[in-house]
Amino acid sequence: MKRTPIYGIMAEFDSAQSLVLAARRTYEAGYRKIDAYSPFPVEDLAEAIGFHSNRVALVTLIGAIIGGLSGYLLQYWIATISYPINVGGRPYHSWPSFIVVTFEMTILFGGISAVFGMLALNGLPMPYHPVFNVPRFALASKDRFFLIVFATDPNYDAAGTRQFLESLAPRSISEVPS
Amino acid sequence: MAEQTDQIGNRQTPVISPGYTFGTVTDKISSIVLTRPTSNGWFVGFGISFLLLMMLLYAAGYLFVRGIGIWGVNIPIGWGFAIVNFVWWIGIGHAGTLISAILLLLRQSWRNSINRFAEAMTLFAVACAGTFPLLHLGRPWLFYWLFPYPNTMTYWPQFRSPLVWDVFAVSTYFTISLLFWFIGLIPDLGTLRDRSENRWARIVYGILAMGWRGSARHWHRYESAYLLLAGLATPLVLSVHTVVSFDFAIGIVPGWHTTIFPPYFVAGAIYSGFAMVLMLAIPIRKVYGLEDFITERHLDNSAKIMLATGWIVAYGYGIEAFMGWYSGNTYDAYTLWNRLHGPYAPWYLSLLTCNILLPQLLWIRKVRTQPGLLFLVSAIILTGMWLERFIIVVVSLHRDFLTSSWGMYYPTRWDWATFLGTIGMFLTAMFLFVRILPMISIFEMRTLLPEAEVKAE
Repeated sequence: MKRTPIYGIMAEFDSAQSLVLAARRTYEAGYRKIDAYSPFPVEDLAEAIGFHSNRVALVTLIGAIIGGLSGYLLQYWIATISYPINVGGRPYHSWPSFIVVTFEMTILFGGISAVFGMLALNGLPMPYHPVFNVPRFALASKDRFFLIVFATDPNYDAAGTRQFLESLAPRSISEVPS
Repeated sequence: MAEQTDQIGNRQTPVISPGYTFGTVTDKISSIVLTRPTSNGWFVGFGISFLLLMMLLYAAGYLFVRGIGIWGVNIPIGWGFAIVNFVWWIGIGHAGTLISAILLLLRQSWRNSINRFAEAMTLFAVACAGTFPLLHLGRPWLFYWLFPYPNTMTYWPQFRSPLVWDVFAVSTYFTISLLFWFIGLIPDLGTLRDRSENRWARIVYGILAMGWRGSARHWHRYESAYLLLAGLATPLVLSVHTVVSFDFAIGIVPGWHTTIFPPYFVAGAIYSGFAMVLMLAIPIRKVYGLEDFITERHLDNSAKIMLATGWIVAYGYGIEAFMGWYSGNTYDAYTLWNRLHGPYAPWYLSLLTCNILLPQLLWIRKVRTQPGLLFLVSAIILTGMWLERFIIVVVSLHRDFLTSSWGMYYPTRWDWATFLGTIGMFLTAMFLFVRILPMISIFEMRTLLPEAEVKAE
């Protein structure tokens, strides 16, 4: 496999405001394979890099439905087929008693799907990632904001992209080795 | 301290003192874990808690050898301390979920500085709570019989029993609380990974942070998941104490068989939980100098929540008493009489004093913002809530329908050792938590700063 020596070009900004503006201009300039990094969730930033919706809610819904159904069906099967016990002449399929466990299983599976679905969609855990090769990137978890154009972008061109990023008035620019 | 005005024009203390930046907030919270030397006070507190935890292990070990006969439980009082403490601990946990999930959905941003350790409190309190029913099983090593799994005895749990519902409710609650706490920690673990000087700390925090890098795409999914989890945890927390109350309300014992139990248990849970939050927050903010992050506003708001839930609890007592009289049922009427005049009357009157009378001090603004007084009131409320569970469990059981089966309950030293032991377990976990993890959510504090705002064009 051919190894690209450069993963992308990264620009550093001082504030969330300037990162959002820069991300928007980069997207408008036709770059699509870009990403932005911030120490806290910034409103509009995902929109600015062209990421509009995610599938976490869908995954959670599916998980919750599976949990609820399996919870109810398990109780139904146990109470009427596998292990029927007559309690005070009540029907075997005494559904009001099954609501609590059905509810808890819905929440349990929904919650687990939300968390692990989010992690899986984010590709985490990921032990190695090229952005960490940039020493200044350690500040991305403190008080700095970063924008990256990946080398895989069709419009990427080492000199041209660097020039474009410089026009956004960043604090510093660094090449990200892969 | 500088004051600001809210939407309706009331002056109030800000949630975070002015003058902080992303950098200083990060440094202040992470330095507690990374650079500050561990104080002697920490070692003393941890040592005492750890000794109590060892006492729990000793008491539990002896219980494994001898059986639950070492406790004071016997017919007619088969539930005793184990269930009193179970309900008490699990109630304490509820405030953590209320702060982290319900206040998040209600956009109460002041929660950001107390949610992390309140969630930790929830986890540890639920762990303490879970200990009791397990030890009370009689044969604790067979606890897995509670779960439905295919087995050679061709036997299954009885899903019409509230005790089985409880297993599902409590284990779901623990799992969801753990997940909620952990995903809240991921971005902060990334911060600790990037900032720690120590190689081992860097590796451990790095593994736990799972490669979090704060990408906009990740944050977008992260926020969705966090909100969804809050939405799921909200009905969950209400259901947990409801199901705990079903353990009583589904039974026919006078004093238990009542429909007021679910709302009254949930309100009581939040009441005692906030008291515990304050008993933790007040010393923590003092010792670690976090008065700028956990301000008077937090104390004031928490005290107001206690005042409100306290009145719901008082309403519950009122309705119990009223129904005892209004139902015309001899046994219910006797339960009321027995509480007021029976052998446990002093306990019931202390309960009314601790839970209804003394907390009325919280109407005074000075009490709500004076840490020392608030700490004292919180301790009184926690005692009162423990007494409430004692009254519900023991006083209802000790005299039911037949006078021939009446009896008294005498807790043994092993009951006390187990109870104090779980307090030690709780505090040990809390001490470790404040030492190795950021006790305030760093990234959520950053969002509270004015510089975090992005103006729309």
